[in-house]
Amino acid sequence: MFKRMLAMAVLAVAALGFAAACQAADKDLTFGMLLVGPYNDKGYSQAHYDGGLYAEKAVPGAKMIYLDKVNPADRPGFTIPQLVDDLASKGAKLIIANSDDMKDGVREAAKMHPELKFLHISGDDVLAGKAPENLANAFGKMIYGKMMAGFAAAMTTKTGKIGFLGPLVNDETRRLAAAAYLGARYAWVNVLKKDPKDLSFQVTWIGFWFNIPGVTSDPTQVANKFFDGGYDVVISSIDTPEAVTVAAQKKKAGKDVWAVPYDYEGACEGFEDVCLGVPYFNWGPTYEKFIKEVMDGSFKQTWEWNAPDWKSGDNAPDSAVGYAYGPALSGAAKTELHKFMKGLGDGSINLYVGPLNYQDGTPWLAAGEKADDKKIWYMGQLLEGMEGASSK
Amino acid sequence: MSAPGFRMAAPVRLVAVAAFAVAATLIILLLAGAPPLDAVSVILDGGVGSRIRALQSLGVWTPLMLCSAGLLLTFAAGLWNIGIEGQVVMGAIAATCLLRFFGEGAGTFPLVLGLLAGMAGGALWAWLSGALRVYGRVHEIFSGLGLNFVAIGLTLWLILGPWRQPGAASLSGTEPLPDDFWLPMPGGFPLWQTVLAAAAVIAVRIILTKSRWGLVVKASGQNASAAALWGLRPGLRALQAMAACGALAGLAGALQVTGLYHRLLPSISSGYGYTALLAVMMAGFKLGPVIPICFFFAILNVGSIQLPLGLRLDSSLAGVIQGVLALSVFVVAGLELRLRRRKGGA
Repeated sequence: MFKRMLAMAVLAVAALGFAAACQAADKDLTFGMLLVGPYNDKGYSQAHYDGGLYAEKAVPGAKMIYLDKVNPADRPGFTIPQLVDDLASKGAKLIIANSDDMKDGVREAAKMHPELKFLHISGDDVLAGKAPENLANAFGKMIYGKMMAGFAAAMTTKTGKIGFLGPLVNDETRRLAAAAYLGARYAWVNVLKKDPKDLSFQVTWIGFWFNIPGVTSDPTQVANKFFDGGYDVVISSIDTPEAVTVAAQKKKAGKDVWAVPYDYEGACEGFEDVCLGVPYFNWGPTYEKFIKEVMDGSFKQTWEWNAPDWKSGDNAPDSAVGYAYGPALSGAAKTELHKFMKGLGDGSINLYVGPLNYQDGTPWLAAGEKADDKKIWYMGQLLEGMEGASSK
Repeated sequence: MSAPGFRMAAPVRLVAVAAFAVAATLIILLLAGAPPLDAVSVILDGGVGSRIRALQSLGVWTPLMLCSAGLLLTFAAGLWNIGIEGQVVMGAIAATCLLRFFGEGAGTFPLVLGLLAGMAGGALWAWLSGALRVYGRVHEIFSGLGLNFVAIGLTLWLILGPWRQPGAASLSGTEPLPDDFWLPMPGGFPLWQTVLAAAAVIAVRIILTKSRWGLVVKASGQNASAAALWGLRPGLRALQAMAACGALAGLAGALQVTGLYHRLLPSISSGYGYTALLAVMMAGFKLGPVIPICFFFAILNVGSIQLPLGLRLDSSLAGVIQGVLALSVFVVAGLELRLRRRKGGA
């Protein structure tokens, strides 16, 4: 009898030990990332890749695998669900898809793989009620980054003509172009005390997030056209750095021009002469949070739209978005921009207050009306005063 | 056909090609800083290493095979149907166009119509290229290339213009089709694609070896003026061969829409028209070898995704390998020709 109890006790201890060992093994988590562009594009995809590296360091046991250039032009014959299969077969338990372009494919893959968790960046399937349980959405409130970009551009322009190099037209890109315009108009009217009629804000879309030769318009050509047409500041909203590259060439040729790149904190490097700063994404903390949640089983379907961390000052390390000042931004403009950021942070400045009209003159916000997140997210047109296609 | 003089025996030829291909591939992989054996094994494993991957490769094989089968007809007619790429695209456009007329809940009947529309679209595009040759004396290589650009331009215009997603203007593609129009894939198996591709292989084989039409087409292809003297109407045969090839290419395009992407995209053809040209040339314009070559290309394509995942290498290496393999075949064929001439002349 005693022997039997001893044997059972030994077994129980062994089982516990085994369970503990399994749990330790469970603590490891491979997350698979699908990047729309090259992982080293000095733009959107690199910001995500760097965020993944950050999360690998921040969460013990987290390991990243990734696949870049995930778009039908670079990877002919593949669909998102197939690539998710590949990541899953390499052990990924959390799939992070970084592009709007992957929306439908990610939803399909999430339905096919209920055992995996999915984080779709920039998407709104959760908000729209289309997402299965295992799919969450997250994005940074880049609207503020874009406002700062617009602000810096308006403080700098000598011709009063700002070009906006846009990707494709959808809710996100309209929203960001409009935010840049609101920032520019605020600087122009409230700081420089100039007539809004003298500010020209032209949006030109290339058709995709980056150049696909023979398919999209060539962003290098679009940027050249802007500068040759008297637009002396170009704000980029595409994934890749053509705007600063072209601006630097023009500067060398003796033109007084500037540019604001996008996405990647280090985007000004090498373009110090022309770079007014860069609104960037900081994905590390977001990824860290979701990875931890998947590890401890607390992952839940959410739609996150993370504001900058205003309280810790400019560009706090945990902030989901930030604005890195560029070397070409003048001291005076920098001081004003800093004040503007503070105002946005403490709520004394809110640019989403009516009256604001859509581009075709129909009201978007009535006088005094404040827009909530959903209203901003689903902005249906560009704003009055902006030039360029809204694609209603 | 058996020219006097030197002619390599088939096994010798195969060994020569393989040796050349392996050497060239090794050099390229080493230049790219890739451990060659690892790279090759990673690609093969990625292409057929599991059930899912093998099925994926089969899914790529089907459009390649459809296009290749079609090209065998045009090559038999002595035509260089470079325009096949555009014919795939037109098939995709035509299928999408038809399916757009039917909404959700229309059942699967429109799906069949969509595939037929794809065949018609591809056939029409190929016929145009053929007609330019027969009636306009424009070589089909030039008209084909031109029509490829027109087809792709049309896709871009449709995606950004009339068929754009509501509230958006994006080259990402059109809205996904309703589920009803997704070709069923039981357990991930591209059943219908495979059935159709296999049917195309059998049909082309019968046409080229057993039918009178195939004989006439081949005669027209080898000597048009003699064929004309015999009253075989080579112009008409050329047009028919083009249309038949276009129909198969168009079907491949329609399958890309209904079976894979479920929407129209700018790069809907995945470049399979050009890849099929390569495969057919590599196969020496024979049906037998085309089948495994297409499958091998499919494995390369599917397996290449493992290069960045497994070895952190760029997946376009697989495309380079594919090109090198094709070049090896041409180089060996060229060498053979030289040797033959030298011996014949001596």
